[in-house]
Amino acid sequence: MIETIVHVLVLFGLVGAALMVFFFRDLLAATLAAGFFSFLVALEFYILQAPDVAISQAAIGAGLTTAIFIIAIRATTRYEGEESR
Amino acid sequence: MKMSKIVRTGANILYPFVLIFGLYIVLHGHLTPGGGFQAGAVIATGVVLVIVANSYEAVTGMLQKVVFKAQESIGLLLFIGVAAIAITLGLPFFYNFLANSGSIFGLSVPFGPNHGDLNTAGLIPIMNIAVGIEVWGGLTVIILSMLSGLDRKEA
Repeated sequence: MIETIVHVLVLFGLVGAALMVFFFRDLLAATLAAGFFSFLVALEFYILQAPDVAISQAAIGAGLTTAIFIIAIRATTRYEGEESR
Repeated sequence: MKMSKIVRTGANILYPFVLIFGLYIVLHGHLTPGGGFQAGAVIATGVVLVIVANSYEAVTGMLQKVVFKAQESIGLLLFIGVAAIAITLGLPFFYNFLANSGSIFGLSVPFGPNHGDLNTAGLIPIMNIAVGIEVWGGLTVIILSMLSGLDRKEA
């Protein structure tokens, strides 16, 4: 029972995080939402008893990919629709 | 561009803990979930945390790309070298000659369910350490290459 509740919460959180990535104009906030999405995917892997995959997902998805996006935002503009300098 | 003081302080405080967690995963790779790749990814995440939080000049003074390239090569050489030692002993390639030998990582595993001893499994922890070193270097080189594409004065 408790497992089902956690599953439902995590899956709704995934949808919410994906919608946040889609609607944010601030690209830094969208990147952090994508990192949160990856974190929830890692949590779901852990609930589904794949801790190995969860560690990889948390390190690469939530850590390194977010860092690469942040560096890319540093090199370009922070808000969507701005003219690049 | 520099991150705020909060981000920098947070990254500097979290860095050793992430590092220790990664080293824990790499050493316990044959007992608990995780292994060389996961540990390398976790340690690289810790290094990348510091890289992203600080400015380009502060980072490139301490963390140089050539060091991590060398680290990547050392990891691969250690992996293939340990595998090739078995050939020189007259055994098949990748043969686990350290298991049950009584030397380093050489204790035999007791039968049935048990806690698991760190000092077992022969070559597998050594391979895990090699892969961990290699992934640590490789993923950090990716981030440093990405960072070197930035405009120097804007970064």
